Amino acid sequence: MNEPDVIVGIGGAAGDGVASAGNSLALSVARQGQAVYAYNSYQSVIRGGHSWLRLRISATKPLNHGDQVDALIALNQDTLDRHLQELIGGGVALYNSAKLRPSYEPPAGVQLCPLPVPDLTPAYKDLPVMQNTVAVGAVINLMGLDFTGLESVLESTFAKKPHVVKVNVEAARAGYDYAAVHFKPLSKQLRQTGQRWAMVTGNELLAMGAAFAGCKFYCAYPMSPATHILEWFAAHGKQLGVCVRQVEDEISVINMTIGASHMGARGMCATSGGGLALMTEAIGLSAMLETPVVVVNVQRAGPSTGVPTKTEQGDLNQALGASQGDFPRIIIAPLSMPDCFTTPALAFNVADRYQCPVIILSDLLMSEGNETVDPAWLDVEFLIERGELITAVPAGDGREAGAGGPYLRYKDTESGISPRALPGLPGHLYVAASDEHDEDGVIISDVYTDTVRRKKMADKRSRKMATVLEHLPAPQLEGPVDAEVTLVGWGSTWGVLTEAVEHLNRAGISASHLQIKFLVPFHTAEVTAILGKSRRVIIVENNQSGQFARHLRAETGIAAHGHIRKYDGEPFEPKHIVAGVKELLTNGTEVVEVLSTEAGWQTEHPTGTSGDWAGRRVTAKANTSSLAT
Amino acid sequence: MATAGAVLELKDFKADVPPDWCAGCGDFGVLNALFHACAEIGRQPHEILVVSGIGCSSNLPGFFRSYGVHSLHGRALPFATGAKLANHGMTVIVTGGDGDGYGIGLNHFIQAMRRNIDITYIVMDNETYGLTTGQVSPTSETGMITKTTPHGNLEGMLNPLALALASGCGYVARGFSGQPKHLLKLYADAIQYPGFALVDVFSPCVTFNKHNSYEWFRKRVYKLEETPHDPTDFHAAMDAALTWGEKIPIGLVYRDRNPRPSLHMQDPGLQAGLLVHQPVAVGKEQRRKLVEEFM
Repeated sequence: MNEPDVIVGIGGAAGDGVASAGNSLALSVARQGQAVYAYNSYQSVIRGGHSWLRLRISATKPLNHGDQVDALIALNQDTLDRHLQELIGGGVALYNSAKLRPSYEPPAGVQLCPLPVPDLTPAYKDLPVMQNTVAVGAVINLMGLDFTGLESVLESTFAKKPHVVKVNVEAARAGYDYAAVHFKPLSKQLRQTGQRWAMVTGNELLAMGAAFAGCKFYCAYPMSPATHILEWFAAHGKQLGVCVRQVEDEISVINMTIGASHMGARGMCATSGGGLALMTEAIGLSAMLETPVVVVNVQRAGPSTGVPTKTEQGDLNQALGASQGDFPRIIIAPLSMPDCFTTPALAFNVADRYQCPVIILSDLLMSEGNETVDPAWLDVEFLIERGELITAVPAGDGREAGAGGPYLRYKDTESGISPRALPGLPGHLYVAASDEHDEDGVIISDVYTDTVRRKKMADKRSRKMATVLEHLPAPQLEGPVDAEVTLVGWGSTWGVLTEAVEHLNRAGISASHLQIKFLVPFHTAEVTAILGKSRRVIIVENNQSGQFARHLRAETGIAAHGHIRKYDGEPFEPKHIVAGVKELLTNGTEVVEVLSTEAGWQTEHPTGTSGDWAGRRVTAKANTSSLAT
Repeated sequence: MATAGAVLELKDFKADVPPDWCAGCGDFGVLNALFHACAEIGRQPHEILVVSGIGCSSNLPGFFRSYGVHSLHGRALPFATGAKLANHGMTVIVTGGDGDGYGIGLNHFIQAMRRNIDITYIVMDNETYGLTTGQVSPTSETGMITKTTPHGNLEGMLNPLALALASGCGYVARGFSGQPKHLLKLYADAIQYPGFALVDVFSPCVTFNKHNSYEWFRKRVYKLEETPHDPTDFHAAMDAALTWGEKIPIGLVYRDRNPRPSLHMQDPGLQAGLLVHQPVAVGKEQRRKLVEEFM
C-alpha cells in the first residue's frame, strides 16, 4: 500500500443497521476518491447475533480487508466488549455514550470517542438508528475527509423521502462537527483524490458481467451466498431483455437453463454447494446433449447445510466430480471481485465454442464482499463468440439436407466440435438425447451392444478438450524464480496472497506467488515448469483436506513442500499466511492449519487484550501445526 | 420439405427410426394419434419441439420427426419450460410416463401447471414402471402386486387429473390409446390451448402390467363428450376427475373458459419478442447507467 489505509470495523446485532451504516460509509468515502475493500462476517439470523463488518479504506486500492482495526464503531455493548481490545495504537473507538460504555481499559494509544447521540440529535431522540449516522459522520471527520461525500450519499439514498434526508444529514453533520471539536484525528489521515469508484460486490459483478456477455436466461433458487445474483437479474431483467426465473429447486433451475440454452439463449444459473449437488445430474446432461451451460457455485462452508454465512473453498472436489461418467467440463475460479466481472464472458465463450458445461467457482468472500472498482474498467463491450452455429436454411427437406447428406448434429469431426443448429431452423431436425447416440442423434443405448460407436462418440466429446487451453491464459509467477518460498493459491485468495507476499518480503523471507484460475483444463506444462524451479512450494487454500493440493498433484505430479489451510469459516488475512509460512520454515511441519481466534470472533468474548497476531501454536497432529491466538 | 401453407401429412412427422416398443404397447396408439394431430394443426416439423424424460414412453421423440430432446428422468418439464421461454415461437410438447411425470418429476409437474407455461404435456400412463421391468408406480392401484410390492401396493393412487385441477391447470383431459381417433382430437385441442395442457393417456403395458389391460380399460371407460358433462364447470370437472372404479371417464375434463395469460406472455424479459432473437450486446448508454447504480 503506497497510501495510508484505515480499517473501520462496524459491529452490532443483526437489525442494528451494520450493513446500512457500512454502505453509507463505503459510498461516502468512495465519492471522495477512496478505494474500499469490505468484508462482513455475520451469522444466519435475521435479528440478534453479532455482525462484524470491516472496511479497509485507502487511496491505493486494497486487495483484501486487512488484519487489524483502526476505527471501531460499536452499535451495541457486545461489539464494544469484543472489539475494543483489537484496536491498534492511534486508533479510535466510537460509541453512543448514552447507551454504551467500555467494560475495560482500551489498549495503549487508543482514543475513546463517546458520542452523546441524544444531545447531538435533540429533535430526533426517538430514532434509534441516528447513532449509526452520527458515528459515520464522526469517523469520516477523524479520517481527514470532508463532509460532502456523506451528504451526497444520504441525499441519493433517501431521494424519495426529503424529510429523511434532512434528519440524516443533520445527524451526520452533528457527528462530523462534534468529532472535529472533541476528538483527535486518527494518526493515519486519508488523502482525498479525484478518482471515481463504483462500489460493488462479487455477486453484482458476476451478474452484470454475465448480462454484458449476452446472458439472456437466468434461473435460480434462493441460496446464500448466491441469492444476490438472482436479485440483480430480477431487478434488471425487464430493461435488459433477460428472462429471469426463480423456480422450485436447483434441479429445475439447471434443466430449465439448459433448455433455454438449447434453443440458443445464453443461459446461466447460480447456487451454492448444496444446490450444485442437486444440479449434478444435469451437468452431465449438458455434456451429453452438447448444449452449453454456465453454472456458478458460490461456495460456502460445508458439508451439508454447513455454515451458510461463512466462506470456504471446499467445493473443488464436488465440481471436479459432478455427474457420472467422463465428459468435457471447464472449471474456472475467478481470482478477485473484479475478476468476477470478466469471468462470465470467458465462460460463455468457451461454453459455446466447446458445447459443454462450465462451472464458475466463486465463494462467499468475493460474493458478499464490497470492493471499489474503477467505473471506466466496467465499461466493456465483451467479445461474444457463439462457436460453430449453423444459421443457413438448406434447400431440401432436411432428410437429405445439403450436399453432404443429412444434417448430423453430432458429426464426428477432427476437433470433436459438431456444428450446432438451433431448434427452429428448417432442415436440421434432430433429437438431442441423454442416452448415448450416434452422429445423427439416434440413440444406441437400446441395441444389444455397439462398442465401436460408443467409443467413437465418447472420443469425439473428449477430443474437444484438447484445444480449450488455447483460449485460457496460463498462470504467471509473480516474483523471483529463486524465491525462498513460492505460495500457490487458487481462486479468491489472490488478493490476500499478494499482500502476504509483500509482508514476507519485508520480513526478509523472499517469496513468490502463483495463483491458479483455471482448474479444468489445467495448464500442466506451464505450472510444472514454474513449480519445478521453485525452492519451496507452499499451497494456501481455504479448506480442510487440501483439495487443490491433491488436484495439483494429479495434474502435475508435484507434491507441495508445505500447506497452509484454513477451514474455520472465515477468510485468510495476510497475517495468517505470514505466520503460517514462518511456522513451516521454522518447525518443518507439512501442514499448518490457521484459525481466526481474535477475541472478537469468540462466542463468549473474553475481556483482556490480545496483542499482535503472532501465530500461537495450539495443537500439533503428526506433521501438522495449528496456529491461533 | 412441406412449405408453409401446404397440407401436412402423417409421413411428415414420421421419423426414419421405427419404435422399439413391445408389440401391442399402448404407446403406439399415442404416437400415431400425435402424427395425425400435428398434421391437422399444420405446424411444420421444425416449428415443433418434443421433449421427453426417461422411460419406455420417453423414447417417443426418437420416433417423431421434429426437433426433439430426450432429457433426464423426471426433468422434461423444466427443460421444456426453459426451451419455451427462450423461443416461445415453437410449439412445445412434452411426453413421458407416469413414473417420469408423477413420480420423480411430480414437483415439476405441479410447478409447471402453477406457472402456466404454454406446453402440452402428454403422459402415457400405464400404472407401472415398464422400462425397469415392472415395479409399482404412483398411479398403480392400491393393493396391486408388482415386483416391488409382492404383498400388494400399500400406498394410495395419485390422481393426476384432480391434482392438475387443484394446481391451476387450464386444460385437463384423459384419453385411451385404445381409442386413437378420440385421442387425436384431444391432442389437437390441447396443443392449441394457450397455456399448460395435460392429456393423461391410459396406455397399457402389455408386458409388465397384466392388471390394467386393454380389456380392463375397455370395460370401464366412457366418453365425457357423450354425457351432459360441462368441461367449463370446474366443480363438475373435479367430480369427473375423482370418478374411478367400474366406470372411468375419458375425454375433455376441463377447459378454462377464460385462460389466464401463459408465462411467456407475462415475463417482463420477453416483452420485446422471442428471447433468441433479442440482441445479445448491451449498449454503451445502458451499460453506463447500470454502472452508475453502484456509484
